This record gives sequence, C-alpha cells and structure tokens, in this order.
Amino acid sequence: MPELVVNGGRFAVAGSTLKTLAETLRGDLGLTGTKVACGEGHCGACTVLLDGEPALSCITLVHAVGEREVTTIEGLRDHPLVEAFVRADALQCGFCTPGQIVSAAALVGETPAPSREEIRHGMAGNLCRCGTYPRIEEAIASWRG
Amino acid sequence: MARLIRTEKEVEGRYTEQWVVVEEDPLDRWPAGPLDVVGRPAARVDGLRRARGTARYTADVALPGMLHAAVLRSPHASARLRRLELAPALAAPGVRAAIGPADCDVFSEEAGYQGAPVAAVAAESFGQARAALALVEVEWEVGEPLLDPDEAVRRGQLIDEPDRYERGDVERGLAAADVVVEAEYRTATVLHNALETHQAVCAWEGDELTVHISTQWIWGVRKDVAKRLGLAPDKVRVVCEYMGGGFGAKNDPGDHTFVAAELARRTGRPVRCALTRREENLASGNRHATIQRLRAGARADGTLTALEGEFVMAVGWDGFVSSTAGPMKMLYACENVRTVELGAKLNTGPNDAFRAPGFVEGTFGLECLLDELAAKLDLDPLELRRRNGADADPVDGRPFSAKNLGECYRRAEPHWARRAEVRARSEGPWRRGVGLASQIWYGGGGPPSYAFVRVGSEGDATVLTAMQDIGTGTRTAMAQIAAEELGLPLERVSVSLGDSARGPYAAISAGSSTTPSMGPAVRAAAADAARQIIEIAAQRFESEERVLSLRGGRIVSEDGGAWTLEEVTGLLGDGQILGRGSRGPNPTGMRVLTFGVQVAEVAVDVETGEVRVERIAAIHDVGRVINPLGAASQVEGGIIQGIGHTLSEQRLLDPASGEALTLTLDAYKLPTIADVPEIVTELLDVPDEHLTSLGSKGLGEPPIIPTAAAIANAIRDATGADVRSLPITREEMLRALEEARERAYAL
Repeated sequence: MPELVVNGGRFAVAGSTLKTLAETLRGDLGLTGTKVACGEGHCGACTVLLDGEPALSCITLVHAVGEREVTTIEGLRDHPLVEAFVRADALQCGFCTPGQIVSAAALVGETPAPSREEIRHGMAGNLCRCGTYPRIEEAIASWRG
Repeated sequence: MARLIRTEKEVEGRYTEQWVVVEEDPLDRWPAGPLDVVGRPAARVDGLRRARGTARYTADVALPGMLHAAVLRSPHASARLRRLELAPALAAPGVRAAIGPADCDVFSEEAGYQGAPVAAVAAESFGQARAALALVEVEWEVGEPLLDPDEAVRRGQLIDEPDRYERGDVERGLAAADVVVEAEYRTATVLHNALETHQAVCAWEGDELTVHISTQWIWGVRKDVAKRLGLAPDKVRVVCEYMGGGFGAKNDPGDHTFVAAELARRTGRPVRCALTRREENLASGNRHATIQRLRAGARADGTLTALEGEFVMAVGWDGFVSSTAGPMKMLYACENVRTVELGAKLNTGPNDAFRAPGFVEGTFGLECLLDELAAKLDLDPLELRRRNGADADPVDGRPFSAKNLGECYRRAEPHWARRAEVRARSEGPWRRGVGLASQIWYGGGGPPSYAFVRVGSEGDATVLTAMQDIGTGTRTAMAQIAAEELGLPLERVSVSLGDSARGPYAAISAGSSTTPSMGPAVRAAAADAARQIIEIAAQRFESEERVLSLRGGRIVSEDGGAWTLEEVTGLLGDGQILGRGSRGPNPTGMRVLTFGVQVAEVAVDVETGEVRVERIAAIHDVGRVINPLGAASQVEGGIIQGIGHTLSEQRLLDPASGEALTLTLDAYKLPTIADVPEIVTELLDVPDEHLTSLGSKGLGEPPIIPTAAAIANAIRDATGADVRSLPITREEMLRALEEARERAYAL
C-alpha cells in the first residue's frame, strides 16, 4: 500500500493511487482544511506544499507525490501567517484562505521580507471571490507581527 | 404587552406589507460614533477557525454512509428528450440509485438551456457517479436556441409583463431641455463564482430531513423544502455553520437540494449533491446582461428636465427581471421620467440575484449618461449631480429616513480635486483621468428576526439565533452588539448560529439586510438579559435599578459601588439568565436607503486599449458602522467584484449553439491580487435616527454599485472616448477610441 508523508506523519493510502492528493487528504485523512473550489487547478484553493514548494493538490495524483513531504494548512496551524491573516482581516468567507496561507508560507519561506510586487506576483494564482486581496497583501507584508 | 403592528418590509427593492409583533419598549439610542465595542475595529471572532481550515463548510460535511450524486445535464441550449435509459447507469460499479424526470420534479424532458438537469445518480464515490452518467442512454431532439434579447422582445418571448413607469411628461421635459443626450449601454452576463459551489447533503431519519446546505437563508430553505416535500416545517432541519460565499445566488434551496433529498430517500443513506465548477457556471444563476437605451434632457444650468430608458434584460430560461430602471427613477429629482423594463426569455441559464441586482447595471448606464450630459453642458460632473439631488423619494414623495449624499459629495471633493494632477501624469500612450459616480440602494432590512442571549453563572454570554454568516462577518458584528449592551469585552461573548434546530427565526442574508435586520434583535435580547442582571443586582446589593449599569464586565452603581458580573450571575449556580429579543418595524411612511459616491482614477494605453484602475475612493453612508475593520473589507470586496464586472468578466456563448464557453476559472476572468488598485474607504458612520435602535444599514451591496460607471467616466476623462459596453475589453476600448477620433475629425 502506498504511503504519504503528511505534516510529519506517515500514512498508508487505501484504494486507487489515481486519486488526487486533495481527495486523499480530505476524504481519507480527514484533513478538510484543504479546500477544492474548481477541481481543475485554476484557483489555488487546494494549495499544499510538497517539500516546501506550493502544489495544486486537486490536480496532483497521489502516486506522483512519492517521498516528498506534504504540508497542509493543518501543518501550518501555528505559522505566524495565520495570526497575520486574522489580524489584517484578510478573509471573508474563508473558503480560499487555507490555500492563500499555504501559498503565502511558501512565499515567505523563500523571501522572508517580500516587496509588494513580490507578494502580488507570488499570490496571483490564489483567487479570492470576496475580494480580500488588499488585506492579504497587508497580512503578508506584516506577517512577522 | 405585545403590540400588533402593520409594517412594510423590503428586500432588494421589493416591498410587502406584513404584521409584526412588538414586545419591548424601544431601547434608547446609543450615541453616535465609536462606543466601547461597537464602532471599533474587531478581528473576526471566527477568523482562526476559517484561517486554520477547521471551520466546517457544507463541502466538509461527511456523514457515515454518505453517497455522492452526479447530475446529467442537457448539453444543448434548446432540446427535447427523445429517449432516456437509466438502467445501464444503475448497473455501474458503486451506483445505488438513478432518477429521471418521472422521479423528481426538478428534472424536465424539455431542456430550455445548456445545463438543465435531466437525471441523476447516487454512488459510493463521486467518481463512480460521474462515470455512471456517461452510461446513461440519452437521445435529444435539438432545437434552435433563442439567444438575442432584442429578438426575444420582438417575438414577445418575455419572462414577465413589461414593467412600465412614468411620472410627469417626458415629451414636454425633452422639449424644455437645452441639451439632450442619447446613448445605448450594454452590460454582459456575469457569474457569481462563489468559491464554495452550490451544494447540499441531505439525510433522512424516519420522516425527518436534515439539510446541510451552503445557503444565504436557513429559514427560506426550511420553508421551501418543507413545502415541496410535503413535510411539516419542524421536520426539516437546515444547517449551515460556515459558508463559502453566495453573492445572491444561494437564497433558495436550488435543484441540487431536491436531487439529494430524493436520492437519500430512495437509498436510505445520506446523499451529497455538489455542483462542479463547470456546473456552477452553467446552471447556478448569473447577473443577466442588459441593453439600456437611454435619453436625458437638461437645461443649461444642469437641471434635469427628462430621463427616459428602455431596459432589455437577458433573463434566461427562468429567473426574474432585475430593477435596472431603479437608479433612473430614484437617484435624481427629475420631474419627467419614463422607463420600461423588458425581461427576455432566452435559451440560457436562469439568472439569480447578484449583489445589488439591476442597480449595478442601471447605475452604469445612468451615471455614464450623466457624464455625457455634463460634457455637453460643459458642467462639472460633481456639480451636475449636486444640482439634481432629491430631498424626498422622487417616486412617491416619501421622506428619507436619512440621506447624507450631500456629505458624501463633500467628502469626495479632495479625491475629485486630484483631476489635474492625475491627468498631468499621462505619459506616452498612457492617458490618465478621474471619474465619479453616485450610488443609491436599499439596505434597511426589516422584521421579523429573533435572538436569545444566554448568560451563565460565569458571567459569559452566548447569542443564539439560527441565522447564517455568509462570510460578511455576521458572527463578529452580532458579538460586538451583544458585548456593547452587556458591558462585556468581546472575548466573553460567543455567537451560536447556523442551525435551525439551535435558535429562532432569522432573516435572509441578502439585500444588504443582515446587520439591520438581525442586529436590533440581538441588541434587544442582550438588553433583556442586562435588565434581568440589573434587577437581580439591585435586590442582592440593596441598590436601585436606575443607578446601575453594566460596563467592562462589571455592574457599576452611580453611587460608587461596583461588582463583577460573576458576583450576580454566580448566585444562580447552574441557573442561567435568558434574554429574548426581536426586530421591530421600520419607520412608517419613510424611505430607508443607502447612498454613496466613488471616485476612480484610471490609466488607459491608447495604443493597446489596456485599462488599469489605479485608485478608487469610496464614500458611503450606511448609518452606524458596527465593525469598521469588516466594513472596510466589504467595501474593498465590492469594488474588486465591480472591477471584474467592468473590465474582465463575461459569460461567453457560442452565438449559434448557445454553448457556454467560459465554464472554468481560466476562461472566466476573475480579478486577481495583481488587478487591485489602491482603495480608500470612507464611511460616514452617522446613525439613521429613524431606523431601529442601532441606526445601522447594510453594506454588502452599495460598494459594487457605482464602480463601473466611475471607471468608465474616468476613461472618458482620460481619453475623450465613450465606453458604453461592459466589460471594457481592449476591443471595446479601441472601438471607443476610434469613434472618438472620428468624431474629432468630423468637427
């Protein structure tokens, strides 16, 4: 049975390896913080990290993950970005928010003090229909408190 | 003693008369401006749950034994079922049930639009359900789709009778005008695209049905489901703890709920029916396109003498005709106005309410027309609007409960005054300019709505009401209101909502009505609990009620004493103090509306037609602001959706077949973080003295209303080109520039 390393734990994955990573995380591991909003890799809501690199879990098949460590929003629950998003009111309905925070974690992991331009470039793949973008920008710009 | 009162209720401009029971004496009005908790910025009380992904949305509901439904939809815009054979699907792996038109009334043998539901299957996994759909044997007799709204009007294919309105004498008004302008404006069909698609999970226990649903109105779903399934309303429980956006398209149960309920009934298992993104963009509602043929006349001093409009709406196969003529009737004090609204019945997906339906579209037309008029009159556009302000509702003469549009204009002046500086920053092909547009809309809410407030012996409070928080920050605003009334810090107030079994009736979250409908009920419930606490304290500490008040988690006496809340509530042991509150009537004979103005700054590349919005200043009057932090976010969100509507979003159809071409989020262009301009928000924060104990109106819709016109008017200021069609694609921009050039040569 294939295994996945998720948020520091190792999990056996039942069933078809042709399932997407998002289905497996949500359905088999109960990690429903990862949201699926389009299911086609267009909106960024399902973003997770694979060895620290952002990936769209709704179009990533489980068997393609291999030994790479998966980090979901549940693995980032104490990341300072979470508080920064709440403080800046960088969410309304919140459906895109876990994906936004995961993408932002990758961004600040690479670039700890991103410029406004770098934030806009790095976050352009995460849609927010409520339009909290100015606050997302603010949250990331001030993520270290 | 309960008093029975006849009152008027409004949702999105539709008024109904109804009875309301008023039980309490009216509460004292709070003073204007920030109080201890109300009027001060508060981070969302449910922010951590949403940000950490622990908030449970309908999408996350996984019940034991739950099956997944997939819906077979018509691939044709106009077709009739010739044959439907479900048996092969029923025999597919994992499939537990299959239903068609004979089994469920949401299915029809006549498909009036691409995406019309025809059949559904339930299977152990969604993948199995989808795979089984491919096995359904289906034959269609394909018809010729009707897609052109003007053609539908010519053929008399209308959704409703034409809605005609007239006051004064438009011909005389036009004859008295020194200047007349005439133009045709168009707006495109746009799609809600809430990130959580329409979905429901239905589960039966005996004759009781639980519906988990992403909805804007728990009680509306309960009523509709009970009625259509022939159940007593108390046999239907509706749950929506967290909700991933709606924007107007989730006001009713939708087809998916009835599909899930029927499949759950047949299988004896819970069934999820969730739309895919593509289904969402086919069959879950839209803002209908409009064609607006408008005329305005004015005297040389700017006084409007006539306004006239024919509004043709591309409603779709079903739906409703949005009040696109509303702004023309209501915004200005013009004596002679004539409008007709025509809703075309087409072979396209039914429309649904979308954030200020009609007024977004109608304001684009009217406010662009006014700027074209200002240009001909050689009058400052802001001055033209000031000269035509209405002191009472121009439709029926009613006084406004409050109108501070003049103050909004005054606050807009510094932003408007940036014109010369902005234009001077034009360089190379980039031309810069500034435009403005006014906003009028409803947003007063109304009865009924109820809340309970429970205070335990530890002195903490819980607000209980079966309303929904669609993402606007309702939990937070309600917690702030209760905390203010109880004199508690915000962290000692919890809000329990989202379940019809766990609280009383609450209003719809639509029409910018949640805060004005619900807030006064929560305040009244908290005031009822506070009164009881003070009565108990007066007896316990041998004081008089009139000298006691609740502040900072304490009971404070004017005579100098102070006790913590726990010293009173702790007396009760396991006992609780229960407060009850309801929403009272709206002011009789008054028009309760919201107003505002936006000033946009744009840059236009006159060679490529690219338009960039660089700054928008938004000044709105929605009465008292409960949470300035959440309110600013609402304004920004409305403007950003407005920018999408103005510049990039449109549902495109194949002109021959009617097949939708923009079903995915790479084809349908939502704004991204990179498209967002600087946004400056100013809310007047003046309580409406006639409206409830709060004086608060709703803010969900007003900010999206003037954005398109402000941008289009800024483009005219920058380039001299009249853009008259949304979205302002590069093609539309280049067309308008070419037209402006030709006009200049002709002179």
